[in-house]
Amino acid sequence: MGSAVQTGWPASSGPVRYGRPRRQRGDLARTVARGIGQTLVTAGLVVLLFVVYQLWVTDLLTAQRQGELSDELAEQWGDPTVAAPGGTFLGGPIDVAIGDPFAVLHVPRLGEDWSRVVVEGTGTQELEEGPGHYVDTAMPGEQGNLSIAGHRVGRGSPFLDLDQMRPGDPIVVETAEGWFTYRVLGDPATGEFADPSGIPGQHIVSPAEVAVIAPTPNAAPGTPPTGAYLTLTTCHPKYSAQQRLIIHAELADAQSRADAPDGPAALRAD
Amino acid sequence: MAHVYTWIWRHLPGGTASRALQSLLLALIVGALLLFVVFPWVEPMLPFTDVTVDQ
Repeated sequence: MGSAVQTGWPASSGPVRYGRPRRQRGDLARTVARGIGQTLVTAGLVVLLFVVYQLWVTDLLTAQRQGELSDELAEQWGDPTVAAPGGTFLGGPIDVAIGDPFAVLHVPRLGEDWSRVVVEGTGTQELEEGPGHYVDTAMPGEQGNLSIAGHRVGRGSPFLDLDQMRPGDPIVVETAEGWFTYRVLGDPATGEFADPSGIPGQHIVSPAEVAVIAPTPNAAPGTPPTGAYLTLTTCHPKYSAQQRLIIHAELADAQSRADAPDGPAALRAD
Repeated sequence: MAHVYTWIWRHLPGGTASRALQSLLLALIVGALLLFVVFPWVEPMLPFTDVTVDQ
Protein backbone atom coordinates (compact mmCIF):
# COMPACT_ATOMS: atom_id res chain seq x y z
CA MET A 1 0.00 0.00 0.00
CA GLY A 2 2.78 2.44 0.98
CA SER A 3 4.74 2.24 -2.22
CA ALA A 4 1.53 2.35 -4.24
CA VAL A 5 0.62 5.61 -2.59
CA GLN A 6 3.99 7.11 -3.41
CA THR A 7 3.94 6.22 -7.08
CA GLY A 8 0.32 7.27 -7.45
CA TRP A 9 0.75 10.69 -5.93
CA PRO A 10 1.86 13.71 -7.97
CA ALA A 11 5.49 14.56 -7.46
CA SER A 12 5.93 17.08 -4.68
CA SER A 13 8.15 20.09 -5.04
CA GLY A 14 10.12 19.10 -1.92
CA PRO A 15 13.37 17.22 -1.85
CA VAL A 16 13.22 13.60 -2.97
CA ARG A 17 13.56 11.33 0.05
CA TYR A 18 15.40 8.03 0.40
CA GLY A 19 16.31 7.71 -3.22
CA ARG A 20 12.78 7.61 -4.59
CA PRO A 21 13.01 7.19 -8.36
CA ARG A 22 12.05 10.10 -10.52
CA ARG A 23 8.58 10.01 -12.00
CA GLN A 24 8.56 8.30 -15.33
CA ARG A 25 6.03 7.87 -18.07
CA GLY A 26 5.28 4.38 -16.80
CA ASP A 27 3.95 5.87 -13.55
CA LEU A 28 1.20 7.74 -15.37
CA ALA A 29 0.15 4.62 -17.22
CA ARG A 30 0.07 2.69 -13.95
CA THR A 31 -2.00 5.40 -12.28
CA VAL A 32 -4.53 5.40 -15.07
CA ALA A 33 -4.69 1.59 -15.18
CA ARG A 34 -5.21 1.42 -11.44
CA GLY A 35 -7.95 4.04 -11.61
CA ILE A 36 -9.77 2.09 -14.32
CA GLY A 37 -9.26 -1.11 -12.33
CA GLN A 38 -10.77 0.33 -9.17
CA THR A 39 -13.70 1.74 -11.11
CA LEU A 40 -14.43 -1.61 -12.75
CA VAL A 41 -14.15 -3.52 -9.48
CA THR A 42 -16.53 -1.04 -7.87
CA ALA A 43 -19.01 -1.37 -10.73
CA GLY A 44 -18.78 -5.16 -10.47
CA LEU A 45 -19.53 -5.07 -6.75
CA VAL A 46 -22.53 -2.81 -7.31
CA VAL A 47 -23.93 -5.16 -9.95
CA LEU A 48 -23.39 -8.16 -7.66
CA LEU A 49 -25.15 -6.35 -4.86
CA PHE A 50 -28.04 -5.66 -7.23
CA VAL A 51 -28.35 -9.38 -7.96
CA VAL A 52 -28.48 -10.02 -4.22
CA TYR A 53 -31.15 -7.33 -3.94
CA GLN A 54 -33.24 -8.70 -6.80
CA LEU A 55 -33.06 -12.35 -5.76
CA TRP A 56 -33.23 -12.09 -1.97
CA VAL A 57 -33.90 -8.65 -0.55
CA THR A 58 -37.08 -8.07 -2.60
CA ASP A 59 -38.24 -11.52 -1.47
CA LEU A 60 -37.88 -10.50 2.17
CA LEU A 61 -39.73 -7.22 1.62
CA THR A 62 -42.55 -8.96 -0.24
CA ALA A 63 -42.79 -11.82 2.27
CA GLN A 64 -43.19 -9.28 5.03
CA ARG A 65 -45.88 -7.41 3.09
CA GLN A 66 -47.69 -10.66 2.25
CA GLY A 67 -47.79 -11.49 5.97
CA GLU A 68 -49.39 -8.12 6.70
CA LEU A 69 -51.91 -8.52 3.86
CA SER A 70 -52.77 -12.00 5.09
CA ASP A 71 -53.47 -10.66 8.59
CA GLU A 72 -55.52 -7.85 7.08
CA LEU A 73 -57.68 -10.34 5.16
CA ALA A 74 -58.08 -12.65 8.15
CA GLU A 75 -59.29 -9.69 10.17
CA GLN A 76 -61.78 -8.59 7.51
CA TRP A 77 -63.06 -12.07 6.88
CA GLY A 78 -63.40 -12.79 10.59
CA ASP A 79 -65.38 -9.64 11.28
CA PRO A 80 -69.01 -9.85 10.09
CA THR A 81 -69.56 -6.12 10.65
CA VAL A 82 -66.99 -5.19 8.01
CA ALA A 83 -68.24 -5.47 4.45
CA ALA A 84 -65.75 -7.86 2.97
CA PRO A 85 -64.20 -6.96 -0.35
CA GLY A 86 -64.31 -9.92 -2.65
CA GLY A 87 -68.00 -9.62 -2.06
CA THR A 88 -70.93 -11.70 -2.97
CA PHE A 89 -70.65 -15.40 -3.47
CA LEU A 90 -70.81 -16.32 -7.15
CA GLY A 91 -69.93 -12.96 -8.49
CA GLY A 92 -71.57 -9.63 -9.02
CA PRO A 93 -70.12 -6.21 -9.41
CA ILE A 94 -67.69 -5.61 -6.58
CA ASP A 95 -65.46 -2.64 -5.98
CA VAL A 96 -62.09 -3.27 -4.44
CA ALA A 97 -59.80 -0.26 -4.11
CA ILE A 98 -56.46 -0.41 -5.92
CA GLY A 99 -53.85 -2.03 -3.69
CA ASP A 100 -56.36 -3.72 -1.38
CA PRO A 101 -56.14 -7.47 -0.81
CA PHE A 102 -59.31 -9.42 -1.60
CA ALA A 103 -58.46 -13.07 -2.25
CA VAL A 104 -55.90 -15.78 -1.62
CA LEU A 105 -54.52 -17.84 -4.48
CA HIS A 106 -53.64 -21.48 -3.74
CA VAL A 107 -51.69 -23.47 -6.34
CA PRO A 108 -50.53 -26.92 -5.14
CA ARG A 109 -48.40 -27.41 -8.29
CA LEU A 110 -46.21 -24.45 -7.33
CA GLY A 111 -45.41 -25.95 -3.94
CA GLU A 112 -46.96 -27.60 -0.92
CA ASP A 113 -49.16 -25.03 0.85
CA TRP A 114 -48.29 -22.48 -1.85
CA SER A 115 -50.51 -19.47 -1.33
CA ARG A 116 -50.34 -15.75 -2.07
CA VAL A 117 -52.61 -12.86 -1.21
CA VAL A 118 -53.92 -11.20 -4.37
CA VAL A 119 -54.23 -7.42 -4.46
CA GLU A 120 -56.32 -5.27 -6.78
CA GLY A 121 -54.38 -3.68 -9.64
CA THR A 122 -51.31 -4.54 -11.69
CA GLY A 123 -49.18 -1.41 -11.25
CA THR A 124 -45.59 -1.63 -10.10
CA GLN A 125 -46.57 -0.92 -6.49
CA GLU A 126 -49.30 -3.55 -6.38
CA LEU A 127 -47.11 -6.23 -7.91
CA GLU A 128 -44.43 -5.53 -5.31
CA GLU A 129 -46.89 -6.76 -2.70
CA GLY A 130 -48.09 -9.88 -4.46
CA PRO A 131 -49.93 -11.14 -7.54
CA GLY A 132 -52.21 -8.39 -8.87
CA HIS A 133 -55.70 -8.60 -10.29
CA TYR A 134 -56.21 -6.83 -13.61
CA VAL A 135 -58.71 -4.05 -12.94
CA ASP A 136 -62.07 -4.58 -14.71
CA THR A 137 -61.54 -8.30 -15.27
CA ALA A 138 -63.93 -10.76 -13.61
CA MET A 139 -63.94 -11.36 -9.85
CA PRO A 140 -63.65 -14.88 -8.39
CA GLY A 141 -66.46 -17.15 -9.54
CA GLU A 142 -67.84 -14.55 -11.92
CA GLN A 143 -68.56 -15.17 -15.60
CA GLY A 144 -65.65 -13.73 -17.56
CA ASN A 145 -61.92 -13.89 -17.08
CA LEU A 146 -60.39 -13.46 -13.62
CA SER A 147 -56.91 -12.29 -14.67
CA ILE A 148 -53.91 -12.10 -12.37
CA ALA A 149 -50.32 -10.99 -13.05
CA GLY A 150 -47.35 -11.96 -10.91
CA HIS A 151 -43.57 -11.68 -10.87
CA ARG A 152 -41.50 -14.52 -12.29
CA VAL A 153 -38.22 -13.50 -10.63
CA GLY A 154 -37.86 -11.29 -7.57
CA ARG A 155 -40.52 -9.91 -5.23
CA GLY A 156 -41.04 -13.40 -3.82
CA SER A 157 -41.01 -14.89 -7.34
CA PRO A 158 -44.63 -16.03 -7.02
CA PHE A 159 -44.88 -17.32 -10.59
CA LEU A 160 -41.32 -18.64 -10.99
CA ASP A 161 -42.50 -22.17 -11.76
CA LEU A 162 -45.63 -21.29 -13.69
CA ASP A 163 -44.23 -23.23 -16.66
CA GLN A 164 -44.65 -26.40 -14.56
CA MET A 165 -48.45 -26.16 -14.58
CA ARG A 166 -50.15 -29.11 -16.29
CA PRO A 167 -53.66 -29.57 -17.72
CA GLY A 168 -56.17 -30.28 -14.96
CA ASP A 169 -54.03 -28.72 -12.22
CA PRO A 170 -56.20 -26.95 -9.66
CA ILE A 171 -55.88 -23.21 -9.04
CA VAL A 172 -57.98 -22.34 -6.01
CA VAL A 173 -59.11 -18.79 -5.28
CA GLU A 174 -60.20 -18.24 -1.70
CA THR A 175 -62.44 -15.26 -0.95
CA ALA A 176 -64.32 -13.96 2.07
CA GLU A 177 -67.16 -16.30 1.36
CA GLY A 178 -65.86 -19.38 -0.34
CA TRP A 179 -63.52 -21.39 -2.52
CA PHE A 180 -63.38 -21.30 -6.30
CA THR A 181 -61.53 -24.17 -7.89
CA TYR A 182 -60.33 -23.53 -11.44
CA ARG A 183 -58.59 -26.22 -13.47
CA VAL A 184 -55.93 -25.60 -16.12
CA LEU A 185 -57.41 -26.22 -19.57
CA GLY A 186 -56.14 -28.99 -21.81
CA ASP A 187 -56.19 -32.77 -21.67
CA PRO A 188 -54.94 -34.15 -18.33
CA ALA A 189 -54.60 -37.62 -19.89
CA THR A 190 -52.14 -36.62 -22.62
CA GLY A 191 -50.75 -33.45 -21.05
CA GLU A 192 -51.64 -31.50 -24.18
CA PHE A 193 -52.64 -27.89 -23.52
CA ALA A 194 -54.94 -27.81 -26.54
CA ASP A 195 -58.55 -27.77 -25.32
CA PRO A 196 -61.86 -28.49 -27.05
CA SER A 197 -63.00 -24.99 -26.03
CA GLY A 198 -60.30 -23.57 -28.29
CA ILE A 199 -58.62 -21.92 -25.30
CA PRO A 200 -55.21 -23.46 -24.59
CA GLY A 201 -54.17 -24.22 -21.01
CA GLN A 202 -50.82 -22.61 -21.60
CA HIS A 203 -49.29 -20.43 -24.27
CA ILE A 204 -46.55 -17.91 -24.77
CA VAL A 205 -47.48 -14.60 -26.34
CA SER A 206 -46.12 -11.17 -27.07
CA PRO A 207 -46.55 -8.54 -24.34
CA ALA A 208 -49.04 -6.72 -26.57
CA GLU A 209 -51.45 -9.69 -26.66
CA VAL A 210 -54.21 -8.18 -24.50
CA ALA A 211 -56.77 -10.69 -25.81
CA VAL A 212 -55.49 -13.22 -23.26
CA ILE A 213 -57.34 -11.30 -20.54
CA ALA A 214 -60.49 -10.71 -22.62
CA PRO A 215 -63.76 -11.95 -21.00
CA THR A 216 -63.44 -15.04 -23.15
CA PRO A 217 -59.67 -15.56 -23.43
CA ASN A 218 -58.26 -14.89 -26.89
CA ALA A 219 -61.68 -13.91 -28.29
CA ALA A 220 -62.32 -10.74 -30.25
CA PRO A 221 -62.90 -7.63 -28.12
CA GLY A 222 -66.52 -7.19 -27.11
CA THR A 223 -67.32 -10.90 -27.23
CA PRO A 224 -69.43 -11.77 -24.19
CA PRO A 225 -67.96 -14.34 -21.79
CA THR A 226 -68.64 -17.98 -22.58
CA GLY A 227 -67.73 -19.18 -19.08
CA ALA A 228 -65.88 -18.42 -15.86
CA TYR A 229 -62.18 -18.40 -16.64
CA LEU A 230 -58.98 -17.62 -14.79
CA THR A 231 -55.82 -16.35 -16.48
CA LEU A 232 -52.35 -15.99 -14.97
CA THR A 233 -49.70 -13.86 -16.69
CA THR A 234 -45.99 -13.56 -16.00
CA CYS A 235 -42.84 -12.79 -17.94
CA HIS A 236 -41.07 -15.28 -20.16
CA PRO A 237 -38.41 -16.52 -20.37
CA LYS A 238 -37.13 -16.09 -16.84
CA TYR A 239 -35.11 -12.89 -16.31
CA SER A 240 -36.55 -11.48 -19.52
CA ALA A 241 -39.51 -9.43 -20.61
CA GLN A 242 -39.59 -10.41 -24.25
CA GLN A 243 -42.71 -12.53 -23.98
CA ARG A 244 -45.48 -13.47 -21.57
CA LEU A 245 -46.25 -16.91 -20.21
CA ILE A 246 -50.01 -17.34 -20.00
CA ILE A 247 -52.02 -19.97 -18.12
CA HIS A 248 -55.76 -20.34 -18.75
CA ALA A 249 -58.06 -22.27 -16.45
CA GLU A 250 -61.82 -22.74 -16.20
CA LEU A 251 -64.03 -22.79 -13.10
CA ALA A 252 -64.72 -26.38 -12.08
CA ASP A 253 -66.16 -26.02 -8.60
CA ALA A 254 -67.40 -23.34 -6.19
CA GLN A 255 -68.12 -23.96 -2.53
CA SER A 256 -69.12 -21.63 0.29
CA ARG A 257 -67.14 -21.64 3.53
CA ALA A 258 -70.10 -23.30 5.23
CA ASP A 259 -69.99 -26.16 2.73
CA ALA A 260 -66.22 -26.58 2.89
CA PRO A 261 -64.86 -25.28 6.20
CA ASP A 262 -61.55 -27.10 5.62
CA GLY A 263 -61.17 -25.96 2.05
CA PRO A 264 -62.01 -27.67 -1.22
CA ALA A 265 -61.05 -31.24 -2.09
CA ALA A 266 -58.46 -29.98 -4.57
CA LEU A 267 -56.38 -28.61 -1.69
CA ARG A 268 -56.97 -31.43 0.78
CA ALA A 269 -56.04 -34.21 -1.66
CA ASP A 270 -52.39 -33.17 -1.80
CA MET B 1 -13.18 7.62 -9.05
CA ALA B 2 -9.60 6.97 -9.74
CA HIS B 3 -7.96 6.47 -6.40
CA VAL B 4 -10.89 7.08 -4.18
CA TYR B 5 -10.16 4.13 -1.88
CA THR B 6 -6.59 5.27 -1.32
CA TRP B 7 -7.82 8.78 -0.73
CA ILE B 8 -10.43 7.69 1.82
CA TRP B 9 -7.97 5.46 3.65
CA ARG B 10 -5.51 8.30 3.90
CA HIS B 11 -8.06 10.74 5.27
CA LEU B 12 -9.52 8.45 7.93
CA PRO B 13 -8.14 9.28 11.36
CA GLY B 14 -6.54 6.79 13.72
CA GLY B 15 -4.42 3.71 13.31
CA THR B 16 -4.86 0.73 11.01
CA ALA B 17 -7.47 -1.01 13.16
CA SER B 18 -9.54 2.13 13.56
CA ARG B 19 -9.33 2.87 9.86
CA ALA B 20 -10.35 -0.67 8.96
CA LEU B 21 -13.37 -0.41 11.23
CA GLN B 22 -14.38 2.94 9.74
CA SER B 23 -13.93 1.58 6.22
CA LEU B 24 -16.22 -1.33 7.04
CA LEU B 25 -18.80 1.08 8.43
CA LEU B 26 -18.61 3.23 5.29
CA ALA B 27 -19.02 0.15 3.10
CA LEU B 28 -22.11 -0.91 5.08
CA ILE B 29 -23.64 2.56 4.78
CA VAL B 30 -23.08 2.62 1.02
CA GLY B 31 -24.49 -0.93 0.74
CA ALA B 32 -27.63 -0.02 2.67
CA LEU B 33 -28.12 3.11 0.56
CA LEU B 34 -27.88 1.03 -2.60
CA LEU B 35 -30.21 -1.72 -1.34
CA PHE B 36 -32.93 0.43 0.14
CA VAL B 37 -32.82 3.66 -1.85
CA VAL B 38 -31.03 3.36 -5.17
CA PHE B 39 -32.11 -0.13 -6.28
CA PRO B 40 -35.82 0.27 -5.50
CA TRP B 41 -35.69 3.44 -7.56
CA VAL B 42 -33.86 1.84 -10.49
CA GLU B 43 -35.80 -1.42 -10.49
CA PRO B 44 -39.00 -0.30 -12.26
CA MET B 45 -36.91 0.88 -15.21
CA LEU B 46 -35.51 -2.60 -15.80
CA PRO B 47 -37.19 -4.96 -18.22
CA PHE B 48 -37.60 -8.15 -16.17
CA THR B 49 -40.15 -6.62 -13.85
CA ASP B 50 -42.73 -6.48 -16.66
CA VAL B 51 -45.20 -9.26 -16.12
CA THR B 52 -48.45 -7.84 -17.43
CA VAL B 53 -49.93 -7.71 -20.87
CA ASP B 54 -50.38 -4.10 -21.92
CA GLN B 55 -53.79 -2.72 -21.21
